Amino acid sequence: MGMCSGTSTCKTCLLRCPRLRRSPWNVCGLSRDASFPRVPEFTCQVAGCCQVFAALEDYQHHYHMLHANTCSLCSRAFPSGHLLDIHILEWHDSLFQILAQRQDMYQCLVEGCLEKFKTSQDRKDHMVRFHLYPADFRFDKPKTSRGPAMPVAADLLARALQDDGAAMEVCSEPTALPPCTRTYNHRIPSTVCFGQGATRGFKSSKKKNKHH
Amino acid sequence: MWSGRQARFRPLACGVEELRRRRREREAALRKARREQHLVSKRLLREDAEGPCAAELLREVEVQQFLRLAQSGTDEKEREKALVSLRRGLQHPETQQTFIRLEGSVRTLVGLLTSNRALLQLEAARCLHELSHSEQSAVAEACLPATSYLLTYLSGHSSDFIELCLYTLGNLIVESEAVRKQLLPQGIVPALAACIQSPYVAVLEALGYVLSQLLQAKEAPEKIIPSILDSTLPQHMLRLMQPGPKLNLGVAVEFAWCLHYITCSQVNNAVLITHGALATLVLLLLDLAGTVQRVDDAGLELLACPVLRCLSNLLAEVPVESEGEEMQLRDERVMAALFILLQFFLQKQPSLLPEGLWLLNNLTANSPTFCTSLLSLDLLEPLLQLLPLSNVVCILVLTVLCNVAEKGPAYCQRLWPGPLLSCVLNTLTLSDTEVVGQSLELLQLLFLYQPEAIQDFLQQSGLQALEQHQEEAQLRDRIRALQQTAIHA
Repeated sequence: MGMCSGTSTCKTCLLRCPRLRRSPWNVCGLSRDASFPRVPEFTCQVAGCCQVFAALEDYQHHYHMLHANTCSLCSRAFPSGHLLDIHILEWHDSLFQILAQRQDMYQCLVEGCLEKFKTSQDRKDHMVRFHLYPADFRFDKPKTSRGPAMPVAADLLARALQDDGAAMEVCSEPTALPPCTRTYNHRIPSTVCFGQGATRGFKSSKKKNKHH
Repeated sequence: MWSGRQARFRPLACGVEELRRRRREREAALRKARREQHLVSKRLLREDAEGPCAAELLREVEVQQFLRLAQSGTDEKEREKALVSLRRGLQHPETQQTFIRLEGSVRTLVGLLTSNRALLQLEAARCLHELSHSEQSAVAEACLPATSYLLTYLSGHSSDFIELCLYTLGNLIVESEAVRKQLLPQGIVPALAACIQSPYVAVLEALGYVLSQLLQAKEAPEKIIPSILDSTLPQHMLRLMQPGPKLNLGVAVEFAWCLHYITCSQVNNAVLITHGALATLVLLLLDLAGTVQRVDDAGLELLACPVLRCLSNLLAEVPVESEGEEMQLRDERVMAALFILLQFFLQKQPSLLPEGLWLLNNLTANSPTFCTSLLSLDLLEPLLQLLPLSNVVCILVLTVLCNVAEKGPAYCQRLWPGPLLSCVLNTLTLSDTEVVGQSLELLQLLFLYQPEAIQDFLQQSGLQALEQHQEEAQLRDRIRALQQTAIHA
């Protein structure tokens, strides 16, 4: 069966042409090991990350996905600068919380949409209803009762990085993390309170699987 | 990113650029073959070192196993290998069906796509990409939960990953209206408008692909093109079509076709004109004419075709004479460039002659200036040489000649004396009614503004030529009128 890096539609034919599927490369299934030159294994240089790589392209992808747009305060990784900026604003900016009490501050995450909302739940509702985003959109987790970044030890960070495939469950219980005292980051003055109430959690909406 | 089997044979120092160059060469060859219509099927055959049996059919239990391992295996390498095996299996349409019917399969895949493990993420994206190749809209629709993430990743930094997401989106767009209906509210247009600012050629080509598939959707004129025209996409498209040292042919081809799909939808071509589309297209036309003279690249007609069509369509909406200084200053060069391209088409791609002549028609129809250029550059003879090629070409050439002739006596004096009359008499011997009809119209104009030609006409047995067609219902009246004019001269 053919899958291939093909051309686009037949363009000089004056008839309407069938559309071709395209790939950026020939995904014929060659193992990466065979196709790329091996380099001596090296470790990611970002503090706390101990991933090992044997091909530069793999490292490049890892870096872009995990470190390029990472919040330095809580180590969450985001796929784009846009989402990182919004995260920092909503999670780590005390002024934001104050302003949010008086005006609509939660901006829609969809680029190009200028709507703002009073609460993150309202924003989520908008994204689901208007933009047809999934209710459990990975990059719109509300702040949890966990509080802001804890003083991070190397092993804790490694654990956080392991929080992966199961991440579709937008659970706020820190059951994956080792038990430890929840302390506030020293940089944040104790008079400012983060979070929207300690008891507020995210109601995980178990989506019906419609796709089979 | 790898490029399949060729990667095996390259020297170790070879980089990504080399791979891309090879891919481009392969694509150029495939395009050529496709033009020759050897490739009829929707999919091009894969150059597969391992042969077609590489994509073996996976049973449901195996798919489940791979998924489970990928999601919750303990060893990183094991998880990757499981996903790779799944991806290979998904090359097979039946395995695709098996996969989408498994409960939670797509959800798991999307979970891996959004995980913190970069390599798993990549493989998951590749799995989705395989699914996007399916010709079953059910499979494309099964991928709906992933689209918001694919769009989100377009504003990332990994150009290879962005390219993969783009091609996946493009494939899904082709297959399913439900996907398109979801992508628009999810913000695909702003996402593309941001992504088109990428400096990476591969990303831009992929984006061109996505855009062109969106624009060819049947609901495009009502539902898609208006938002695209409202965005910054048209300006960026035109920027990427500007001739100059930074012009990339592959990218320019993609966006030229996108521009064509927009212009022929006629949703709002005025907006395109305000963004400078005409100026860009004219510059590109001139550049193309220069290139075909220097370079023997058979891929150039892929760019020439949409440029001709866009220009023709836009000119049909805007009177040429009102284009201001820019067009006037360029008129001679546009005419010359067009004829250089016509010669090129004559040798390399005759199917594009009608397109070029149609542009010539739109240029000359309302513009005495362009008619003057045609005559002063001595382009009449090359034009007449095209008459015998085919009926379609013949009609177009005659129409252009009529455009020139109807501008008045000064123009007709340049048409006769000369070879034109005998050429037209030749066309009268043809049997196609439309050809003959257009010839009659030309003769009428010539006799009106240049009565001296009538004598020549009679001497060349023009009346007998007319008699051949006097029984033809559609032509009867015109023939009679011409006969009267000739006799009374």
